[in-house]
Amino acid sequence: MNVKELITLIDGHLCNPSANLDREVKGGCGADLMSDVLASIQPEAVLLTGLCNPQVIRTSMMADVAAVIIVRGKTPPKETIDLASQEELALISSPFGMFELCGRLHRAGLPSLERAVGDEPCSCDE
Amino acid sequence: MGDISRIQKRPVTDQDAENITRVEELAYELKVEAVMTKEPLTVTPDTSMRETLDLFRQIRISGAPVVKDNQLIGIISIEDLIRSFQENDLSAPVSKYMSSSILTVHGSDPVIEALKLFVNTHKGRLPVLDVNNKLIGIITKGDITSGILTALQKDYHAEEIRRYRASHLFEDINSDRSSLILRYNIKQGDFIHGGSASSAIKLALLRLGATPQIARRTGIAVYEAEMNLIIHTSNGGVIRVEIEPHQISINISDDGPGIPDIELAMRPGYSTATETVRELGFGAGMGLVNIQRCVDSMRLESVHGKGTNLRLKILLQSEETVGEASGTNKEN
Repeated sequence: MNVKELITLIDGHLCNPSANLDREVKGGCGADLMSDVLASIQPEAVLLTGLCNPQVIRTSMMADVAAVIIVRGKTPPKETIDLASQEELALISSPFGMFELCGRLHRAGLPSLERAVGDEPCSCDE
Repeated sequence: MGDISRIQKRPVTDQDAENITRVEELAYELKVEAVMTKEPLTVTPDTSMRETLDLFRQIRISGAPVVKDNQLIGIISIEDLIRSFQENDLSAPVSKYMSSSILTVHGSDPVIEALKLFVNTHKGRLPVLDVNNKLIGIITKGDITSGILTALQKDYHAEEIRRYRASHLFEDINSDRSSLILRYNIKQGDFIHGGSASSAIKLALLRLGATPQIARRTGIAVYEAEMNLIIHTSNGGVIRVEIEPHQISINISDDGPGIPDIELAMRPGYSTATETVRELGFGAGMGLVNIQRCVDSMRLESVHGKGTNLRLKILLQSEETVGEASGTNKEN
């Protein structure tokens, strides 16, 4: 699934129009704790989160995230949008909640890219 | 050429530059308006074929749009001129020989749309319209070729030359042991810029030819440490990354307040972070645990009241080396 299809699926609003909509999303990960994201996420995932601060984008860059969805229709602050634009990472706001969004994406065929605890000695070495 | 800046960040290897698929990709990324000839010469339907011939000769073009009352009504080309010449009819008006079944493209269309039309219709040129269907330019296959070549060249220069040079950094330097040291000063409480040092380190490693996995492991480890400096220190601290072909050594130090109980701090889930920090998504007590999982060795020393020193090492296998040719050539 690419970012464009993803946006349609979740009634999303793209906060940074310059983002690359053709980028491929291979799966998903939902978390509000950035350390959990860094510990569990595998590359090329879409990250679903309720957080809006710039650290979400920084964390995404470190973890090779393909797109970020802000749940429950929040509008991220300017610093976050600017950083997302600079890093050319799609930042999408969706009116739905975390559970609903995870469900929609999973149903549409996106697998989980969250590694379960204890799966691997180094979670980030993918 | 507004679209070129977006392409520059994509890594391009020498092979890619010669590769047709890269050119195809550009055909989708470049917009018609970026490569077209702007404000082209136009003629009116009443212009004579002879005048048109003179114009073509003077400014060395082989076709022009025919415009009446600001509306595009046809295209006149050198082939039409030849026809009128054969019939000895050069004094006829352009309207008699022009082709009025006009195919057009829009300035905001990707170049591939123009290319498709060229392939399917054997036209030599296409008028370019804006959103209000006003003529803004003309595009030929030659425009597309030179537009793509310019884009490829910019693409190549902006990132790849830099990357290529960096990835061979250590080869031309003769010493018993060469290393590259990067230092970053991190301010306490600077959440806005938190993570910018780790981003810079990750990018530097990729430019030096590190594998995506090595860059990711280093990035995550340094990011957690960088956030620790921002969250927990009294006066911030310093990140020092020493890059050698076969290993990356990271040293993160601060001058306080120090960790009272290291064993407790290493326990997954243990955290002393404030509510504010937790709201930012940090302070889950996983930072040090995450760091340890990403590195080959980790040494944490802390004196309560004095400061903390964290030493990390990431070892590179022979096929992963940075700054040497043997370690490059693994863009993905």
